[in-house]
Amino acid sequence: MNIHIKNGRVIDPKNQIDAVQDVFIGSGRVIALGSAPAGFVADRVIDASGLVVAPGLIDLAARLREPGYEYRATLESELDAAVAGGITALACPPDTDPALDEPGLVEMLKHRAMMLNQSRVYPVGALTTALKGAELTEMAELVDAGCVAFSQADAPLTDTRVLLRAMQYAATFGYGVWLRPQDSFLAKNGVAHDGEVATRLGLPAIPVCAETIALSTMLQLARETGARLHICRLSSAESVELVRAAKRQGLALTCDVSANHVHLSDRDIGFFDSNCHLVPPLRSLRDRDALRAGLLDGSIDAICSDHTPVDDDAKLLPFAEAEAGATGLELLLPLTLKWAEQARLSLSDALAKVTAEPARILGQNGGHLSVGAVADVCVFDPASYWKVEAAALKSQGKNTPFLGLEMQGRVRYTLVDGQVVYQG
Amino acid sequence: MNNPQLNKHGELQHLLSTEGLPARIVRDILDRAEGFLGVAGEREIRKVPLLHGKSVFNIFFENSTRTRTTFEIAAKRLSADVVNLNIGSSSTSKGETLLDTVDNLCAMHADMFVVRHSSSGAAHLIARHVAPDIHVVNAGDGRHAHPTQALLDMFTIRHYKKEFHNLRVAIVGDVLHSRVARSQIHALTTLGVPEVRVIAPKTLLPTAVENLGVQVYHDMEQGLKDVDVVMMLRLQNERMQGALLPSAQEYFKKYGLTQERLAVAKSDAIVMHPGPMNRGVEIDSSVADGAQSVILPQVTFGIAVRMAVMSLLAGK
Repeated sequence: MNIHIKNGRVIDPKNQIDAVQDVFIGSGRVIALGSAPAGFVADRVIDASGLVVAPGLIDLAARLREPGYEYRATLESELDAAVAGGITALACPPDTDPALDEPGLVEMLKHRAMMLNQSRVYPVGALTTALKGAELTEMAELVDAGCVAFSQADAPLTDTRVLLRAMQYAATFGYGVWLRPQDSFLAKNGVAHDGEVATRLGLPAIPVCAETIALSTMLQLARETGARLHICRLSSAESVELVRAAKRQGLALTCDVSANHVHLSDRDIGFFDSNCHLVPPLRSLRDRDALRAGLLDGSIDAICSDHTPVDDDAKLLPFAEAEAGATGLELLLPLTLKWAEQARLSLSDALAKVTAEPARILGQNGGHLSVGAVADVCVFDPASYWKVEAAALKSQGKNTPFLGLEMQGRVRYTLVDGQVVYQG
Repeated sequence: MNNPQLNKHGELQHLLSTEGLPARIVRDILDRAEGFLGVAGEREIRKVPLLHGKSVFNIFFENSTRTRTTFEIAAKRLSADVVNLNIGSSSTSKGETLLDTVDNLCAMHADMFVVRHSSSGAAHLIARHVAPDIHVVNAGDGRHAHPTQALLDMFTIRHYKKEFHNLRVAIVGDVLHSRVARSQIHALTTLGVPEVRVIAPKTLLPTAVENLGVQVYHDMEQGLKDVDVVMMLRLQNERMQGALLPSAQEYFKKYGLTQERLAVAKSDAIVMHPGPMNRGVEIDSSVADGAQSVILPQVTFGIAVRMAVMSLLAGK
C-alpha cells in the first residue's frame, strides 16, 4: 500500500530535518521525501497540513502486564494505548508473572504482539531467574527468542557478586544490561522521597543515597566488566551528576528518565494523592530541575513513559499501601512537548529523546525517517488540546498524576510498517 | 490546594490534621472544651444532647484502648449512639478494602467516623470518599497525625500556662515515627509558640524536621534548658530492632526524663506524656508521678476536647 503524507512539517531529529515536505511510503518503508518517486501512485493520501510528521515514538519502559497481570491490563488494551500515543515500538520490562526468564515466554509475548499488528514489542529479559537475584538466566537463548537487553526491573539484586557476574556474562556477548539503581536496604518500606514532604505527611522515606550508592556500584562494575550499561529511571540531582561525570570520563553508558519525573516533584503528592506513588519516588523540585538539565546536556539520553497500569482498587488505598506506578503511553508525547516548551527547546531536540535516542539505546534501526527506513511514523497536531480523563485513555490503567490536567499535542495518525494502525 | 478539612464556608468539615487548621478553629475547640470540662468530669449532669440521634462509629484498624475509650465517652456524653469496631489488620487480609468497610458503615447511616489506621493518609482517603454530610475525625494515621491528642495537649498547656506567645516548648523522643509529635508541632506553631524544640538522637528525627519550624537538639540538658513545657513521646519497643537504638537502657541514660534533667527547665515547667508511658525508658517514675507532671489531667481534658471537636463537627 502506497501512502502519501502531504504538507506536513517533517521533523526527523536523527537526520536533522525540520521542514514542510511530503513523505512517500511504499511496501512498508519510506521511499521518498519531498517529491514523489517516478511512477508513485498513492493508495491513500493523508493531509498533514498543520501537523507534525515525526518518526514513531520509541518507549524504553512500558509494562504490558502480560503474562500474569491481565486483570490490570492486556496486550490488546495497552498496544491500543501505545499507538494512540504515537508509540510505534516499546521495550517491556521483565517483571511479569512469571518473569520473562524463559525463551518460551518471550516467544509467546512476541508472537501475541505480532498477531495484534500494532506497536513493535521488544521484551527485556530477566537478568536473573525469576528476578530473584541469585542465578543467571539463559541470556543467549533469550536473545534468540527476541530479548533486546536484560534487566532486574524493580526487583532488588542485593548480591553484588551476582551483579558482577551477570554484567561479565552479558558483556561477553555484548548484551545490554538495564538497571534501575536502588539499594534495597536503604529503600526498605519507603514510599516517598526523604525530604520535607515525607516528613510532614509521615510517609516512610527513601533517601537519595539509596539511589547514588547503587548507581556508584553499577558504574564501578561497568568499568570493571565493560558491560553495556543502561541506567533506568534516574530520580535525583546527585545521580545525574554521577552519570555526567562517568560519561565525561568516557564510560559508555546510557540513561533514561520517566516523563513523570521530568514534570513532577514530591510536592505534587499534596494530601496523599496515591497517583503520585511512583517508583522511583518523586523527589524535590531541585532534583526535577537537575533531571531536566541532565536531559539538556545529554547526561540523560532518553525519556520513557514508565507505563505501569494499575487497577482502580489498587490505588484506592492509603498512600503507602496503594500500588506504585502510573499509566503513561498516551502521555509520553504531550509530556515531551510540554517539556520542550518549558525548556525552550526545539521540537526536534525534544523528539530526539523519544525517537532516535531510545532507538540507539535499543540497538534497533528505527526512530528516523530516512529513505529506506521502516515506515514507523507518528503524525500529530502540536496545537490540539485535550484533557486527561479516564474516558480519554485507551490504556486499562487510568492512574496518572496528570488526571484532570490539560495536555497539548494529539496524535492523528500512527503508522507501523507503513500501515495506518491508529487514526484519531 | 484545597484544605480538605474545611468546607466551602471555611468551617470544620473533618478533623484530619493540625497542619493547615486555622488558629481561630483551634481556639474555638479549646474554648468549647472549657465549657465541657464540667460535663466531662466535675459536674453532676454528665450528658448534653448536642449529638442526640447521631451515630458515631469508632473504626479502629489499629489497636488502642485509651484513645477509643475517650472518644466513646466523649460521644456518649454528647448523647450520640456509639458503635465501636476493632477491625485490626486482619480484615484487609480477608479481602475487604478500607473503603468497602467504610461504605458498609455509611449504609448503616453513620454521621461520623472516628478512624485510626496504621497507614499515613488513611483518614484523608476516607474523608475524600464519604458523602458530604459525614464527618471524619482522625484518631491517628500512621506516622502522620493525631490531631485530637495535639489539641488536648494545647488545652493542657493553656490550662496551666494561660498564653502561648511567651512559651518555650520541648518535644522529646521518637519524632520520626510519631504522629503525636507532628501534630503537636503544627498546633504549637499555629498558636504562636515562639520556640519549639525537638530533642532526640539523629536516628529518631525525620529529614528536614527543622522545616516544620522547630529547633533541633541532640542533648537533653541543652534542649531542656529554660523550657516551660516538656512533652515526652512514647518509645516503641520495636525501635531497638531496626538499628535505631542500641538499648532501652542507653536510651534512658541519654534521653530519659529524670528529676535532675528536669531541673534545668524552668522551675514551673510542666511535664506531659500522651501515654501509655514506659517508665524507666523515656521517663523516670519520680517525674511521671511528680509535682510537675500533668499527665493524668491530660486524660481528663482529652474527653472535653474530643467532645468539643465532635460537637463542632456535628452538633446541633
